[in-house]
Amino acid sequence: MEPIRPDVTINCELLRKILVGFIENEVHKMGFRRAVIGVSGGVDSALSAFLAAQALGPESVWGLVMPYKTSSPASVAHAQLVVQKLKIHSTLIDITPMIDVYFERFPEADALRRGNKMARERMTILYDHSAVLSALVLGTSNKSELMLGYGTLYGDMASAINPLGDLFKTQVWQLARHVGVPEEIMQKKPSADLWEGQTDEEELGFTYEEVDQVLMLMIDKRYEIADLVGAGFDEKFVRKVFEMVQSSQFKRRLPVIAKVSGRTIDRDFRYPRDWGR
Amino acid sequence: MQARQFRIAVAQVNPILGDLRKNLALHEQIAEQARADGVHLIIFPELSLTGYFVKDLVPSLALSCESPFLNGLKELSREISIVLGLVEESSDHRFYNAALLLEAGEVRHVHRKIYLPTYGMFDERRYFASGDRLRATQSRWGPMGLLLCEDLWHPSAPYVLSLGGMDLLVGLSSSPGRGLGAEEKLESVKVWESLIYTYAYLFSCFLVFANRVGYEDGVHFWGGSQILSPAGILLAKGKYHQEDLVIAELDRSELRRERATSPLLRDERPNLTLRELKRVIKERAK
Repeated sequence: MEPIRPDVTINCELLRKILVGFIENEVHKMGFRRAVIGVSGGVDSALSAFLAAQALGPESVWGLVMPYKTSSPASVAHAQLVVQKLKIHSTLIDITPMIDVYFERFPEADALRRGNKMARERMTILYDHSAVLSALVLGTSNKSELMLGYGTLYGDMASAINPLGDLFKTQVWQLARHVGVPEEIMQKKPSADLWEGQTDEEELGFTYEEVDQVLMLMIDKRYEIADLVGAGFDEKFVRKVFEMVQSSQFKRRLPVIAKVSGRTIDRDFRYPRDWGR
Repeated sequence: MQARQFRIAVAQVNPILGDLRKNLALHEQIAEQARADGVHLIIFPELSLTGYFVKDLVPSLALSCESPFLNGLKELSREISIVLGLVEESSDHRFYNAALLLEAGEVRHVHRKIYLPTYGMFDERRYFASGDRLRATQSRWGPMGLLLCEDLWHPSAPYVLSLGGMDLLVGLSSSPGRGLGAEEKLESVKVWESLIYTYAYLFSCFLVFANRVGYEDGVHFWGGSQILSPAGILLAKGKYHQEDLVIAELDRSELRRERATSPLLRDERPNLTLRELKRVIKERAK
C-alpha cells in the first residue's frame, strides 16, 4: 500500500515575511542591531544569513567561516559565495590550531569526539564575536535535525534566536530556493562536514524526504506508531524515528535541576524570554 | 438615545510584554488621537495593556477596575468609548483575562474570559480564573457584547449574547499565526476569518475582530483586524503583521434592514434549544 504522503509544501513568500519580521523584532527588542552566524557552506546557515541580511541589512550581519583542515574545500568556497552574494561582513577563522592542540593530549579520540569538539569550538567563537560585535548569534538548526537529535548539544544547537527551528529540512530547501541561495549549495548532499565524506543521510540511514514525511505526521499531526504503520509506512523505520526522537529529548530541554525549593527555574518560575521588551 | 451612525476604530497595536506604563501611554495616545479624528468607540485587542504571554507576571500586572492607573483612560472615555484588554484582579484576588468597556468616565462593563485555552501552545487556565457570565451591556452605541479570543470558538457564547439582544459583537484577540502550508494564508488566519464572517451573518449583528501584531518569544500575531456588517460585508480590514488603525462608519439602519431581510434572530427557538440541551446533558451524565 502506498503510504499517505503529507504535503510539506509551504507558502515561501509568507514564510519569508514572517521569519524576516521575527529576526528584526527579536533582535531589536533585545537592544541589538546585528546578527552573527556561523556560515558553513551548507543550506541551513546560508538561509539564516539570507534572512538576516533581509531583516537587518547586510551591513549588520557577520558571517563567520570556520573551517577545520579536513573540511571540504567546497564548503569554504560555498560559504564565501553566500557572503559575497549578500555583501555581509565576514571573517575566516581556521579552527585547526585550537582543535589539534587539544587532541594532541588525547590522540586516541574518535571522529565523533573530534566532530563535537569542532562544533563547540565554533560556538565559542560565535559567542565571543557576539560580545565583540554586540550581535546576537542566529541559529541554523532545523526542525528535522532538532527532532532527531542530530546536532551537537551546546555546539551548533546553541544560539540566541533561531529562525529555522520550526521548519523541516525539506521546507528549508524550499525557502532557500525561494530567497536565492546559490544553486551549488542547493544541489549538495547535506553534511555536517565534521569528517571527510560525512553525509547526514548516510549517518542517519534515511533521506530527509523520507523522514520529514514521518516527522510531519508523527510530530505535527500526532500520529501514533500504529497510525503511521496503518498509513503505509514501514514499521521498523517508524520505530527507529520514534526512538531517535524520544532518546534525544534531553537535547531539547534545559539541564534537569533537582527540585527542592517551592519555586524552581523553568518548572514553576515561568517568565517569557521577551519579559519587558 | 442611541446615535444612528457612529465611527468605530480598532487599534491594531503591538503591546510591550509586561510593561504596563508604556502600554498605558500607548492607549492614551491612540485614544486621544482617535477622539480628535471623530472616532466614537475605539477597541484594543486582548491583553492590550500587558501583552499576551505574561505567565507568572499575572499578579504583578493585575489591575482592579478601581485602580487609579485607569483614571486617565476613564477621563478620556467621557468623549470616546474605549474597549481594552487587561489582567483584572477581583476583590478576592482572583486574576482574570478580561475586557473592559470604559464609557462616560467609568467602567461600564467587564467581560472575564470564560474559555481559557490550555492546550498546544496555550496555558491560560494555569494563570487565570475563568469568567462565568455572558451578558451584553447597554453602551452609548447600542447593546454590545464583548468576548475574548477562545470565547469565540464556542458558538454558544455569541449565541447567548445574541438572544439577549446584541447590535455589536466585539471580539478581542491575541491570535498567534500558525499552520503554515502551501496556502496563501496560515491556517489560524483562515479559520478566524471564516468564523467571524459566519457569526456576523448568523447573528445579524455588527462584528468587530480586534487582533494585535508583533512577536513574543518567537510567536507572531497576525493582525488582520476586521469590522463586518450584519450581512457579513467587510467594512474595514487591518493590515496583516503591521500596526494599524482600522476605521469604519457604522449605520444602525443597516441592522434593521438586515434583520428584516434575514430574520434569523426572530426565528430562533431558545425554548426548544434549552429543552433539548437539558436532555442531552442529562443523558451524557448516565
